[in-house]
Amino acid sequence: MLTIHNLRTSFRIHDEFHPAVDGISLTIHKNEVLAIVGESGCGKSALALSILGLHPPERTKIEGTIEFQGQNLLQLSTAELNQIRGKRLAMIFQDPMTALHPLMIIGRQIEEPMKYHLTLSTKEKKQRALQLLERVGIHNNEQVYQQYPHELSGGMRQRVLIAMALACDPELLIADEPTTALDVTIQAQIMELMKELQRQSQAGILLITHDLGVVAEMADRVAVMYAGEIVELAPIHTLFHNPLHPYTRSLLHSLPSSFGQKGRLHVIEGMVPAIEHLKRSGCRFAPRIPWISNELHEVNPVLHEIAPQHFVRCVCHQHFYLPTERIGDEINASITAT
Amino acid sequence: MIPQLLLLSILIFFLAKQMPGDAVTGAFMGKPNVSAEQMEKIREQHGLNDPWIVQYGRWIGDAIQGDFGQSFVHKQPVTQLLAGRIGNTIWLSVATLVVTYVIAIPLGMIAGRWTGSWADQFIVTYNYVSFATPVFVFALLMLYVFGFVLNWFPSGGSVDIRIEEGTAEYVWDRLKHLVLPVLSGSLLLTYSTVQYLRNEIIETKMKDFVKTARAKGVPEHAVYRRHVLRHSILPIAAFLGYEITGLIAGSVFIETIFSYPGLGRLFIDSIMTRDFTVVTALVLISGAAVIVGTMLSDIILRMVDPRIRLG
Repeated sequence: MLTIHNLRTSFRIHDEFHPAVDGISLTIHKNEVLAIVGESGCGKSALALSILGLHPPERTKIEGTIEFQGQNLLQLSTAELNQIRGKRLAMIFQDPMTALHPLMIIGRQIEEPMKYHLTLSTKEKKQRALQLLERVGIHNNEQVYQQYPHELSGGMRQRVLIAMALACDPELLIADEPTTALDVTIQAQIMELMKELQRQSQAGILLITHDLGVVAEMADRVAVMYAGEIVELAPIHTLFHNPLHPYTRSLLHSLPSSFGQKGRLHVIEGMVPAIEHLKRSGCRFAPRIPWISNELHEVNPVLHEIAPQHFVRCVCHQHFYLPTERIGDEINASITAT
Repeated sequence: MIPQLLLLSILIFFLAKQMPGDAVTGAFMGKPNVSAEQMEKIREQHGLNDPWIVQYGRWIGDAIQGDFGQSFVHKQPVTQLLAGRIGNTIWLSVATLVVTYVIAIPLGMIAGRWTGSWADQFIVTYNYVSFATPVFVFALLMLYVFGFVLNWFPSGGSVDIRIEEGTAEYVWDRLKHLVLPVLSGSLLLTYSTVQYLRNEIIETKMKDFVKTARAKGVPEHAVYRRHVLRHSILPIAAFLGYEITGLIAGSVFIETIFSYPGLGRLFIDSIMTRDFTVVTALVLISGAAVIVGTMLSDIILRMVDPRIRLG
């Protein structure tokens, strides 16, 4: 349904363009939940905003193609894009505290996409808005319809944002960290709601998150992003049971787990480099796994299809081990030796 | 509001009393045939030699009942004097304010939306120039060019006295008399509104809720009209009270230059002739206008911003 090919989104910093999304290719199918995971600053949100054309044009350069049902979104004018945004392609934003207009009642904000995309009377619009509120679990919908965002809690606002995104029954939903700004119990409720709505609507979802728990719960396939690139792409089951790329393994290893290993959690050394300082040749993850020698990386790492549907960038994964694993092995070895 | 006004009245009365000279000196200025003893007798007669607090008590007691005393110069009650002119000043101020917003809001919107464009640069330049231009220089220039050289508009007064009151021609003539004073005031008064609106739009257009609007497929013009402007107009509303203060100060110059019979010109005339009762009454009215303006700002802000609505 949505095919991204070789997308490169660059931002102007001090009169030079630096790619934040660097050659990404992806396909999202109908009724599929594709998750994109990665640390802050790896280009996830930049990718999402590129699809909807929401980057300020004067500071951004976007190359490649984003094909949505036969149309290249990057070649559409703003007016043409407006026919699609909010109707067939909708977005749920990260921060419900700031994503709603503070001076407009909730009802008006939910009705707005209908106003531009559907031909409904005022009464029908209101009715639909109330239904949507009901659908996202707001049962005092008549009251909330009349309220302003500041009168609602964070979880309620996120529900409103979801209702707004669903206003015109979109075919694809882009959810940019929909639960990040919420506290844990509310997160669970919102995830539950999104799963339920996805089941009903059969819409495709591009779920952007840094929370592997969220991924495990919802996604069908996962793309792991690092420094603007996809480093591993696999079906959910494969990714969690047979993670290959050093970054994926490090990420999974830094999660607290309720079974198995005890002791200190793994910490990935260093941080994602800022886009203007990023070295754009060689394996981009290499500086963060210094114990793997340089010869073990590819010079120009590409995605290899290791198994059907399972892609991994660079060959370094073949020789990769986590420091904690090695220590564990040594301890085991010393135990067996004695 | 009442305590503020009371405090203001004490301050005004006290300060006015500290000014050199009094009504008697003013009234007989340039009349050497009145002797010092005669002047002293008149002072005694009108209670001008009493301590200021006594004089204040007398004055405020009357003022509360709407009696600001007698004008020494005009020989008629101050209240009556003011009543004849306050209409003109309100008329002038409201027109100036409306024209200011009519000019400033579109300019601010254009400058804020297309930041850095030639239109924006032009507007910002105009803004700096208008901010730096003294109103009396600009008003004189307007008067000279449009009133005197080109002779498009009348150069003084509020209406031609030969025209009968109540006719359409009368209204038309009043409007014609307003053009120059209003333009002189409002063309210089726009800067704060333009600047505030421009800055606010630049800030607002980066906000998340604007991104949300675009993601909903709202057309660009509606993004600005329905989402950005609505949010950016708040400080303008909050600024209205201050704007009224500016108008009062401005009207003194404008009315004097265009010999417009309003409170501003009366104020200058009264200071010149030491018409003390009129001056105090006028300062008190200006103070009240500022307080009312501030209150008006609060009320408007409460109307447009649901977040600060009470109860």
